[in-house]
Amino acid sequence: MIDNIKIVFHQGKQFIPNPTTVEVPGVFRGRPVISHEKVNEAELLNLCPTDAITNNPISIDLGKCTFCGECARCFPEKISFSKDYKLSSNERNRLIIMEGDDKQIEVNPDTVRKEIHRIFGKSLKLRQISAGGDNSCEWELGAANNVQFDMSRYGIDFVASPRHADGIVITGPITKNMADAVQICYDATPDPKIIVLVGTDAISGGIFAESTAIDRSFLEKYPVDLYIPGNPAHPLTIINGLLDLTRKH
Amino acid sequence: MNYISIKNNQTILLSDIPESNYEWFYDKNIDLVTGHPERHCVNYFGYKSGNNIKLICCIADDLTHEILISTCLVNKAHDLESFTNKLLCFEKFEREIHENFGINYIDHPWLKPVRYANNRFDKSRVIANYPFYSIDSEELHEVGVGPIHAGIIEPGHFRFICNGEQILHLEIQLGYQHRGIEQLFIKNKKLLQRATLAESIAGDTAVGHSVTFAHVWESLCDFQTTRDIEFSRTLALELERLAIHVGDLSGVCTDIAYQLGSSVFGRLRTPIINFLQEWGGNRLAKGLIRPGRNQFPFTPALGQRLKQVLDIFEPEFNEMVEKLFSLPSALSRFERTGVVSNADALSIGAVGMAARMTNVNRDIRSSHPFSLYHDLNHHPILKRHGDVYSRVQIRREEVEQSISYIRKLISEIEPFIVQDGILKTPKPNSFCLSLVEGWRGEICHCALTDKNGELMLYKIKDPSFHNWLALALSVRNNEISDFPICNKSFNLSYSGHDL
Ligand code: SF4
Repeated sequence: MIDNIKIVFHQGKQFIPNPTTVEVPGVFRGRPVISHEKVNEAELLNLCPTDAITNNPISIDLGKCTFCGECARCFPEKISFSKDYKLSSNERNRLIIMEGDDKQIEVNPDTVRKEIHRIFGKSLKLRQISAGGDNSCEWELGAANNVQFDMSRYGIDFVASPRHADGIVITGPITKNMADAVQICYDATPDPKIIVLVGTDAISGGIFAESTAIDRSFLEKYPVDLYIPGNPAHPLTIINGLLDLTRKH
Repeated sequence: MNYISIKNNQTILLSDIPESNYEWFYDKNIDLVTGHPERHCVNYFGYKSGNNIKLICCIADDLTHEILISTCLVNKAHDLESFTNKLLCFEKFEREIHENFGINYIDHPWLKPVRYANNRFDKSRVIANYPFYSIDSEELHEVGVGPIHAGIIEPGHFRFICNGEQILHLEIQLGYQHRGIEQLFIKNKKLLQRATLAESIAGDTAVGHSVTFAHVWESLCDFQTTRDIEFSRTLALELERLAIHVGDLSGVCTDIAYQLGSSVFGRLRTPIINFLQEWGGNRLAKGLIRPGRNQFPFTPALGQRLKQVLDIFEPEFNEMVEKLFSLPSALSRFERTGVVSNADALSIGAVGMAARMTNVNRDIRSSHPFSLYHDLNHHPILKRHGDVYSRVQIRREEVEQSISYIRKLISEIEPFIVQDGILKTPKPNSFCLSLVEGWRGEICHCALTDKNGELMLYKIKDPSFHNWLALALSVRNNEISDFPICNKSFNLSYSGHDL
């Protein structure tokens, strides 16, 4: 008993007091900022592994970006990654960062479905489905609920059964072999329900976009309520994204 | 001699691999492994060569530090005798060859699909119709779990046959995570795309798989790495091992409902992965390892920081782990639960932790050393009982060992050597094999190039490819309620297996 108290005492306070304002330590590749500098555009476009960079004007699609940082390494005068981890939105095109943009990515409250605030504003239970995810976004979703990030403080939890869930969270590019299971799980979740995509693989297929082993037709059938970019998405990106979707008025 | 002996990370001409007929190929490879626990098959695969299938078998010898490569051309019209009938460790390799090319084995005991690969031979076989083993009995019942599990984990289907609470048999069906990675390695021509694929094979082993890919690629391009590059790789591999082992100790505590251990180990993982982010910008070390270059040179300032992190981490870890190992209620759940015998581990070709837990000395860091492991003089940690307790002990002691290696490495940081980072094109008509000991165990990548030096085939083998069967065997005769802790103590990869 005494040992247990000692351990608890030595742990001190672990929780991050405010996950919406805390700063991430060290290097972190968050929201990119693109300058108006002139560079060899063909070279810049060509180096990206997932064709996330397009021109006229130069822009980066965070739904496709793997956050590898290669563009910033080769063209530091053109692209830099800020430590801003608030990267999520309910609108796919808000993930596209244009030359000269330096404003936060946000959920657009006008296009959020009306029932989301009313029903999920204080409590949100989610069922996670890994559909070809490589276990990195899965780790970070788990970390979002550890004692440090403690997402449960906002009433947001992951549950075991879709029957108990208010929505599904998909990671991975959705493989052909998982396509049926994703559909069954979604159908088993009671209405109203939301769909959240976590990580570049889920949002665009990422590095797997060209694979013939994936089947993304599920996403053509239903509206996506939230995109949370990252490779993997950082727990702070996940928490802030979910809060932005369900709490902002 | 109808095989060629190579060293880890060596590139040879494809034509240097002697070709023999199937009879010889069969006899020789079986002969090499039978009765030789120091030898095991690290990769065995086929590829199309005209209308025929070329098979390549790679047997590693841990005593001589060599890998013995042999090859054979077969026609799929002819049924073959299976290696598996003699040696179970070839079981999955032959199933994969059967699944991908339609080669039929006359005496394979378990010729079932491996992962329903997208390029499989018989597209009429679909994952929903997997032929599970079943027993017709009034007393027994079946429990099916998955593909989606209760927690935030990857998908796979577990089918238990139980007698009351007791598990008689477990069959693990995988393939749900199949993304066609090996095909994408060929299709995507940019090096950065391939490096990105390598770190996505299993995101929890981003370092392990990307170091293996880097070694393959550098060897094919005849690139000599500098010590600072290998320094970063060794350090990153040990940090990855440390982080995951601590995380898995948390998982094991969760599964025995020990809340304090679960929370403390869970949060102790954070400073380690946060350090990886401080170093390379990503908590799971994606983007840290690149072929031909030291992407994020390890500076003395980072060394200082890491030392601080470990100085705080170590006493907190020790305090918690000592408590856990002194709790009778925890030990009684660990001991004699989920046992795999030494004989079984050898027969199925278990690797990494799943081998070392039952006194099979398999660790690429000492048997086929790479990066700076020559200098670290690594001695694998071995346990004898093959139970959950052995696996938990290995986690604990490997955490301590990793910390000592990391401390040793950062006491003498290799200075950054500026290089142009330009890699030549890979050698044409070549074969390269690379082995790395990731935290789960041995990772093996093989690459074949065509006459223009383009990748023709990229074969990936995650340690889980062998070790899933160890999990299935471990739960026999255990209560089904002990399945989670058995599973977590192995923590195998679905995506690494399914590719
Ligand atoms: S960081 Fe993103 S945009 Fe830049 S090269 Fe990598 S994937 Fe492309």
